Amino acid sequence: MTDNELIEKTNAALAEEFELDITLLTPEASFKDDLGLDSLDAVDMVIVLEQKFGIKIGKDPKIIQITNMADLYAYIIAKKNELAA
Amino acid sequence: MRLKHVVITGLGAISPLGTGADQLFTALKAGQSGIDRVPELEKIGGLGPRIAGLVRNVDPKQIPRKNRRSMSRMSIYALLAAQEALAQGMVDDITRTQGRLGIVLGSTVGSAETMEAFFKEYLQSKSIEHIKSMMFFRIMGHSCAANVAQSLGITGRTLAPSAACSTGCQSVGLGYETIALGRQDMMLCGGADEFHPLTAGTFDIMHAASTAYNETPDQTPRPFDTDRDGIVCSEGAGILLLESLDSAQARGAEILAEVVGFASTSDTSNIANPDPAPLTDCMQAALDDAHTDITDVDYVNAHATGTIFGDEAECRAIAKLFGPDIAVSSLKGHLGHTMAASGALELIACVHMLRTGTLIPTRNLDNPAPECSGVRLLRQVEHAAINTIIKNNFALGGVNCTIALRRYTHDR
Repeated sequence: MTDNELIEKTNAALAEEFELDITLLTPEASFKDDLGLDSLDAVDMVIVLEQKFGIKIGKDPKIIQITNMADLYAYIIAKKNELAA
Repeated sequence: MRLKHVVITGLGAISPLGTGADQLFTALKAGQSGIDRVPELEKIGGLGPRIAGLVRNVDPKQIPRKNRRSMSRMSIYALLAAQEALAQGMVDDITRTQGRLGIVLGSTVGSAETMEAFFKEYLQSKSIEHIKSMMFFRIMGHSCAANVAQSLGITGRTLAPSAACSTGCQSVGLGYETIALGRQDMMLCGGADEFHPLTAGTFDIMHAASTAYNETPDQTPRPFDTDRDGIVCSEGAGILLLESLDSAQARGAEILAEVVGFASTSDTSNIANPDPAPLTDCMQAALDDAHTDITDVDYVNAHATGTIFGDEAECRAIAKLFGPDIAVSSLKGHLGHTMAASGALELIACVHMLRTGTLIPTRNLDNPAPECSGVRLLRQVEHAAINTIIKNNFALGGVNCTIALRRYTHDR
């Protein structure tokens, strides 16, 4: 899976889970200010992404620091690369 | 001690008979049934009833996701009913959110559907790693009350009684007492439940569910009828906006009826089967609270669910207190048993009966049972001046509740 495909899959998963207009899911979009997501949504986001990509995120301190889509994409891509390595 | 008079200024209903309190009464007057065959029930081993009264045509997405995410179906029904009641009561945003309004709203249990989803995952994986954050908010005992309060910004008290079939009636009673004591100016009061095979199965296990009419669902339940064979489980939400008379008059709100009495008593003779004597005592206590004589009561809206023992016990209790001429009907022949919502939905219908002078008969009452014939069972719509109604609900666990409603007249 290419990075772009990963990003598209991430966007599709979050748009479905949080009923978001997919055009809002841009790299600069902030979870809180642009997408209206809160800390409880963040918990569910982890579960959705784990299931979507077959990765383990859990309570990884790195995911807690992420507040926008660009950083989320980078995190997912790194996770997938770790898995592939 | 009652410091304030309590009136009803708003109604909201989601039921198997449709959306809205007006629709509920229209369907009741037309003698419609809300009971349908539910094919999914056929897949459940050992389950007798294949029918239920389900809510149709409600779009949950009319509720913003942020509010809806913590809701199971019962909270969705309850919020829509609460919004209708507030709209009818013309409660503005400031009144709603600045502490004058509280809520008392209960359900029989938290969302069984959500519990099923939780345990399906948990028992298989022995892990909570895939459990989403909102599950508990749908399971907790005060899920409906909390969800409605959160969605509507209600900052007064949030109460969540859980007394099975008496929940809705008890909620209205507790709301009435809260306002009468001056603790809140207004209370959203009611009950809600969502259908799950757990409920139908519970009554089936006790041989109290209707199973003989699976091919003709609109012919059951049959309260007071010779051929009654038990409860039909339904779902929905009923909400009444109660308010102090002072507050309603100051706001210029339309007053729909007055709540004049309430009693909630316990029958400790048996956890499931009601005894007539405590039922009589409960009704008498509500009349005492209302300072009303039995001769002032025009009609009793019975709990009567269509069970062999319950209907008989209630008829005997009513007959003992009011004598043979009192008009009695049950609305469960139309609605089925909407569980925690039943008291509230049936009270909403009673408010309409008071206002329109129309008494709704019991649906499916073709051959009144001899053991239920000690009162005047209504079998057709009657029109009369109605001033006072007694409304009963009795629950598993021995929780009896009675509300006394009075027509509101402006020349008081």
